[in-house]
Amino acid sequence: MSDRPHVEVQGLVVTARNPAGETFPIVSGIDFALKRGEVLALIGESGSGKTTIALTLLGHARPGATIAGGSIRVGDAELTKLDRGALAQLRGNRIAYIAQSAASAFNPSRTIMDQVVEPAMIHRLMSRAAAERKAVDLFRALALPFPDTIGARYPHQLSGGQLQRLMAAMALITDPELVILDEPTTALDVTTQIEVLRAFKAVVLERGATAIYVSHDLAVVAQMADQIVVLNHGRIREAGAAAQILHAPADDYTRTLMAAARPAIRPIPAKADLPAAAPLLEIRNVTAGYGKIGKDGLPRVPVLRDINLTIERGGTLGVIGESGSGKSTIARVIAGLLPPASGQVLLDGEPLPPGLDGRSREQFRRIQLVFQNADTALNPAHSVGQILARPLAFYAGLKGNAAHLRVLELLDLIRLPASLIDRNIGGLSGGQKQRVNLARALAADPQIILCDEVTSALDTVVGAAILELMAELRRELGIATMFISHDISTVRAICDDILVLYSGTMVETGPRSAFATAPFHPYTDLLIGSVPEMRAGWLEESHAGAAPPPIGAAGDHPDLCRFLPRCAARVDGLCNITPPPRHGLDKGSAGASRILCHHGDESLIPL
Amino acid sequence: MGAAFKRAKALPMSGKVGLVLVIFWLAVALFGPMLAPYPVGAFVAYDVFDGQSAAHWLGSDYLGRDVLSRLLSGARYTVGLAAAAALLASATGTALALTAAVGGAKVDEPLSRFMDMLISIPSKIFSLVLVAAFGSSLPLLLLIAAITYVPGNYRIARALAVNLAQMDYVQVARARGEGRFHIAITEILPNMIHPLLADFGLRFVFIVLLLSGLSFLGLGVQPPDADLGSLVRENISGLGEGALAILAPAVAIATLTVGVNLLIDALPGRGKGR
Repeated sequence: MSDRPHVEVQGLVVTARNPAGETFPIVSGIDFALKRGEVLALIGESGSGKTTIALTLLGHARPGATIAGGSIRVGDAELTKLDRGALAQLRGNRIAYIAQSAASAFNPSRTIMDQVVEPAMIHRLMSRAAAERKAVDLFRALALPFPDTIGARYPHQLSGGQLQRLMAAMALITDPELVILDEPTTALDVTTQIEVLRAFKAVVLERGATAIYVSHDLAVVAQMADQIVVLNHGRIREAGAAAQILHAPADDYTRTLMAAARPAIRPIPAKADLPAAAPLLEIRNVTAGYGKIGKDGLPRVPVLRDINLTIERGGTLGVIGESGSGKSTIARVIAGLLPPASGQVLLDGEPLPPGLDGRSREQFRRIQLVFQNADTALNPAHSVGQILARPLAFYAGLKGNAAHLRVLELLDLIRLPASLIDRNIGGLSGGQKQRVNLARALAADPQIILCDEVTSALDTVVGAAILELMAELRRELGIATMFISHDISTVRAICDDILVLYSGTMVETGPRSAFATAPFHPYTDLLIGSVPEMRAGWLEESHAGAAPPPIGAAGDHPDLCRFLPRCAARVDGLCNITPPPRHGLDKGSAGASRILCHHGDESLIPL
Repeated sequence: MGAAFKRAKALPMSGKVGLVLVIFWLAVALFGPMLAPYPVGAFVAYDVFDGQSAAHWLGSDYLGRDVLSRLLSGARYTVGLAAAAALLASATGTALALTAAVGGAKVDEPLSRFMDMLISIPSKIFSLVLVAAFGSSLPLLLLIAAITYVPGNYRIARALAVNLAQMDYVQVARARGEGRFHIAITEILPNMIHPLLADFGLRFVFIVLLLSGLSFLGLGVQPPDADLGSLVRENISGLGEGALAILAPAVAIATLTVGVNLLIDALPGRGKGR
């Protein structure tokens, strides 16, 4: 009995119906088994069927899909043979589900505690008071702040990472024997992800639950899983122990995934030795934000403070920071969508009008913006051809056949078949949309493209292809790029210069080489240390996200270090009293970067 | 024509039913008066509220007039007047809403407050005043119905347009340097057309009701002509005996409004047929 696997899936087939009424399999031939307390990872691109499989373990198929064959056994329950009532008894009780986006999984009008104890209440497992005590224990185990009182808050008062952990508490309150985690950290910043992963791992280990972890990120999976199942197009490509898959992948597709997860470092193309007087784009002392500008010259909600940067012709600047750091706002300021409160944006040495009004069509043409989410950045009412033809007509006056030929050229440039020209946006895949999004910017024949998280919404493999394409375009067309990302490994791989943004202030700037060698600004160090490495045990070894040393009350100087509350290197009596200076950080042959910190070279090295 | 036929074939069943009903009523509106067996105001039956007979297919009304003839002649007022007024109201409301959405607070605020003011005027009183001042005529009825329903359409269209104006693709267009007219017409409008059509269907029904109400007060279409609403209204005393004279125009209004709404709901829009 004891060597019988706890969860066993055999020959699972899930079918869906297409608009013509034919059924076709979306996943088929799925077999896996795991022992009690093991963690199995399902990994693959979007559309590989990983979420579909995870949901079948709840006995659920999404609308339009049906579990057509095979067996799914959890403990002594054969899920395919149970009726709705029996399944409802299992769900949220013996089998729990943690969804990708906790922010949308919580009801905004009820308190956290109400929602966390709900599964226990629905299944009448314990009294409300007992459930609340248990919830508080779980909050503590998940390292949530203020475990005793956090339950009284509402979802909008908490951050994404906290909600994700609270959702885990909700799932674990009934002591389920199987937990399904569906991309639980994908929507989080790396620095938050590491905290959430730690909490998940500790709690899952402690409670001995069996877990299924769905993800597209091999490095994250490496931290969590005992077994890995690699999926592609609804079929298992490779399955085995985590160590084997990570270190000796047998399948080509697994190798592709591994390669895409580690962006190749690209050589910096030799710059043309033009006696360029002014850099292509320069930002001087820009402060920007939302709301009315007050007496102190700051907007009511300041987002960016005193930003300075330059981009050379054909150069690439990477801007990194977590969500809310103001990195997208920089792009909006340059594009004129958000006029800065003070400071200047210069194009070719000439100041640009702050807002949209007053910019010439030529100035508009030279700066193009590519938004993160191609789903919303492309008008769903237009066809691919219409979208690409508009900048041609608008900037160059190209019409009719000339425009058509140019659109075909553009499609060829971004490697899309010409047959897509009349396709509506809804009929394209995520990667194709992002290519069209990029091509629309290229259609203007710009000098600089502002890329806002262009690969974040895409799978690793598709994202890697987009990066490859961008590098090629840059080589061929000599277009400068500002690459905004939260992913320091991508930025380090493709950018010449890097700017690290924290809460709207530049904390470290320098050439890419400076970001390969310590010392770093404490925040950069945290960012670099939070990127999961593709080996088991990294999570335990990593020091990133460790609790900062205790510190006295902060003074009220407006220019105090903004990273202070989270800084692992903060010094009491200095960091909380005096604003940090901006100074150079010499890294020997790797070059130098400029940081905003009290620490110098020597004191940062031990980090 | 071939393309139109193809698109009609692609409609779901409910849409085909709607299309047939709409085409039927358009045909009645256009050719009805020519097909009517008797003049509109002629007293031709000996009995009031007569049942169906070979001479009077839909019986006779409360004055002994032929119901079929009155229906065939009346449909054009309801279809024509209500459709034209609904169209005018929707077009005006949407145009103003787009202006408000791309024009910023300086345009939006006064326009929205003005619309709020219009909404606060009771439509029946408003029509009474206008009819008393200018005398009842078809153009005036059209104008009254249109003005009454502009603010409602404006509110809905503005809510849609303001949301759409925040979309990334509109931001991209603004950052490209596009003018406000282009943004309103090619970026925003196509994405709100489907809910607006549904709104149009609703307004159409409301206007039919408003016109019937006005007719009841003697301010609408003037006798002996009558629109479908006033046909129901004037034969209300036949309701107790279930006279065809009241059932026929009631069914006519129902099939017309249901047909219009079925057709509009079946038109391919966002979030459907993907």
